[in-house]
Amino acid sequence: MSLHPMIAALRKHKAGVVLIAMQIAVTLAIVCNAIFIIYARIENVRRPTGLDENNLFLVTQQWVGAPSGDDPASVQKLDAMLREDLNALRALPDVESVSPTNSIPLLQSSWNGSAALKPGTDLREGNARTTFYFGDEQWLKTAGLHLIAGRDFTAADVTNMAFRDNSQPAIVIVTKPLADKLFPGGNAVGKVIYLNGDSKPTTIVGEVERLQVPSVSSWASTFVWNSTIAPIRLNGNFSRYMVRAKPGRLEAAMRAVPNALYAANPMRVLDDDSVKSFKDIRAEAYRADIGMAALMGMVCLILLAVTAAGIVGLTSFWVGQRHRQIGVRRALGARKVDILHYFQLENLMIAGAGALAGIALAVGLNRVLMSKFEMQSMPVYYVLAGLAVVMTLGQIAVFVPARRASNVPPVVATRSV
Amino acid sequence: MLSYYFGLALRSLKRNRMLTALMILAIAMGIGASMTTLTVLHVLSGDPLPGRSASLYYPQLDPRDMPSYTPGVEPPGQLSWIDGMYLLHAKRGTRQALMTGGMVPLQPEQSSIDPFHANARYTSADFFPMFSVPFQYGNGWGDAEDEGKARVVVISAALNDKLFGGENSVGKTLRLQETDFRIIGVLGDWRPNPHFYDLYMGAYADYEQVYVPLSTSRDLHMDHGGSVDCWGDSAGDQVHLERENCTWLQFWVELDSPASVAAYKQFLEHYSQDQRASGRFTRPVNVRLRSVMQWLDYNQVVPSDTRLQAWLALGFLVVCLVNTVGLMLAKFMRRAGELGVRRALGASRRTLFGQLLLESGVVGFAGGVLGLLLALLGLWLVRQQPSDYAKLAHMDAAMLLATFVLSVAASTLAGLLPAWRACRIAPALQLKAQ
Repeated sequence: MSLHPMIAALRKHKAGVVLIAMQIAVTLAIVCNAIFIIYARIENVRRPTGLDENNLFLVTQQWVGAPSGDDPASVQKLDAMLREDLNALRALPDVESVSPTNSIPLLQSSWNGSAALKPGTDLREGNARTTFYFGDEQWLKTAGLHLIAGRDFTAADVTNMAFRDNSQPAIVIVTKPLADKLFPGGNAVGKVIYLNGDSKPTTIVGEVERLQVPSVSSWASTFVWNSTIAPIRLNGNFSRYMVRAKPGRLEAAMRAVPNALYAANPMRVLDDDSVKSFKDIRAEAYRADIGMAALMGMVCLILLAVTAAGIVGLTSFWVGQRHRQIGVRRALGARKVDILHYFQLENLMIAGAGALAGIALAVGLNRVLMSKFEMQSMPVYYVLAGLAVVMTLGQIAVFVPARRASNVPPVVATRSV
Repeated sequence: MLSYYFGLALRSLKRNRMLTALMILAIAMGIGASMTTLTVLHVLSGDPLPGRSASLYYPQLDPRDMPSYTPGVEPPGQLSWIDGMYLLHAKRGTRQALMTGGMVPLQPEQSSIDPFHANARYTSADFFPMFSVPFQYGNGWGDAEDEGKARVVVISAALNDKLFGGENSVGKTLRLQETDFRIIGVLGDWRPNPHFYDLYMGAYADYEQVYVPLSTSRDLHMDHGGSVDCWGDSAGDQVHLERENCTWLQFWVELDSPASVAAYKQFLEHYSQDQRASGRFTRPVNVRLRSVMQWLDYNQVVPSDTRLQAWLALGFLVVCLVNTVGLMLAKFMRRAGELGVRRALGASRRTLFGQLLLESGVVGFAGGVLGLLLALLGLWLVRQQPSDYAKLAHMDAAMLLATFVLSVAASTLAGLLPAWRACRIAPALQLKAQ
């Protein structure tokens, strides 16, 4: 089939052709950027924290009328209260292990600082930003982390200090990304680092594969996997406990916690959020991301539907307008399938032209979004996928009116309207 | 004549129900999506204190040390205790208040209510008159209470409802942090959005339930919440924040004329110079004096997802409009015969043009009504979201009007090209083709 008569015909409908092409272009630009955003969000949500997330929950509580924690004696009093809680929780039948902790991945409440190879160096170049987790010898076990090098903390390693105390731990366990950043040559275990610009040396005793920081905000995206675990019980007027329930006993263990804690010491505040499963913590952390992805997905679908409807509408109009010409072609010997192909090919040309403009628009839109929002550069295959989607959509949409056109009987040619 | 055209438009729209429905639906979806996101954007970027905000300013100083200095860096977003206290006591503005926030354990006397943590604001006395905070009962406190670290508290209307059933509780006792406080005031309905005076607690966060003099809160070691930014060897020891090299306080000042704003800025510069001379400040003088709206703008309080959604929805509206233009073009061109007859019978181009535009306006109005319903549904969906600004997403009269204006304007705009094309047809040619 020669394209020449088709182009000549399209010239008569410039406005309609331009409109469809424009609509396809804008649709392509929005759809591939939206899909890119959806993908980035999903990717974010799906990354594992490093924890064994099943059967894990967190308890947050605050004591009423607790010692101030300003002097050594009151710190020891706070520590005694903390250990009392730990014992109460460890005694529960459905609980496998418990560790005090300051935070947990995805909790959003974080304690951040730096690790350096030289003493007294503040947070500047050559240093690694890191988040800190404080717990006892059961922290790793409760979190479900496995060492890839070195050793776990022992009960003898664990010390306690006031929540506001600024001194650095003697030993730590770090994540592999942090270790690799500090010691690109490997073998970080046994090496000495300096935390938070302090001059007191800290020895790395172990290394774990992966542990995410508590914050999922964009400001923490530069050090998502840089975590440091210190064997310290922090003593303040509030405390958090990371608890691993026995397999399948999560709910029972969570239900038993408030009474066990009140029995140990009634002078405390526990509210609805105090005992929270890790599943809930995860859902809360990523709720906005999932909402955004769902919204984008919905917008894409509606957009494609609207565009398809537009193509159906305009092509139907053209078919109606060319009713007689189609009859003439049929009378002169064109088969039904020729008419069908004619409209399909016509749509392919219009959609192709629109899609070409759309590619440029999509890339441009991506650039604008990159400059205004925290967004990555969109890989080419998104554009290609979007291209395939809109071209297919065009073909599907044009099929109904094109079929109707192919059903125009040749006898129409002999009738006057 | 207008009603005749209106009748014609309805008749023509009825003739091709499918196409009409498609156009109305396309406009409705575009309008619904954009009005939902624009309403959220409108609510979130509004003026928290209309009429007052223009005379409220937020001074910033840069007391940090040199090692982490880079030229052109913005001063920190909060003040240290020393600087805040100096600015407060200098009283260079009409009013000024130094404040911060935290959570305080509250033990209700009623045994039916468990102890809980109340959201607290620790502030100096001018907070209430400066922000025009309405009182239901009683009053705020004065300088004497600030000086005397008085155990007085102002509570929110919601807390008063919860604890005292909404009755006048002034004079009663409230137990905070193991200490008895005397209630001296109950606030009326007050919830400026965003939570502009302390963005570090969340820009659309829940409002404070109790207000306590700043001096009292420090005296009782009340828990401090929000951001603490330290430099040098300071670690942000919560109890001794006054002595630490940390910024953790917000300071607002009321300046009523451009001259006083300029004078205040000069005052800040002089203070910075003096502090440099004394060696406490080491960085070059770097001060800011932003008004409420400038401060919100600088901090980009509107979530970037919300802005992204608004752009997306506008793009969506564009596609819907282009779609409508195409469909209208098809519709109007199909009626070329009818229009040709009318032209031949003496109707002017302008009349036909007006008639066709009216028809697209009718489509726009119908799309607007449906779009409004969709927008209300969309806002309801937004309110079901867990984010802290979600419950603010309500449509107001301005946005309601904007919906219709946008819808009718957009569809009329979409009708322009098709109507123009349809009117250009030469009547003779049309009649001949028949």
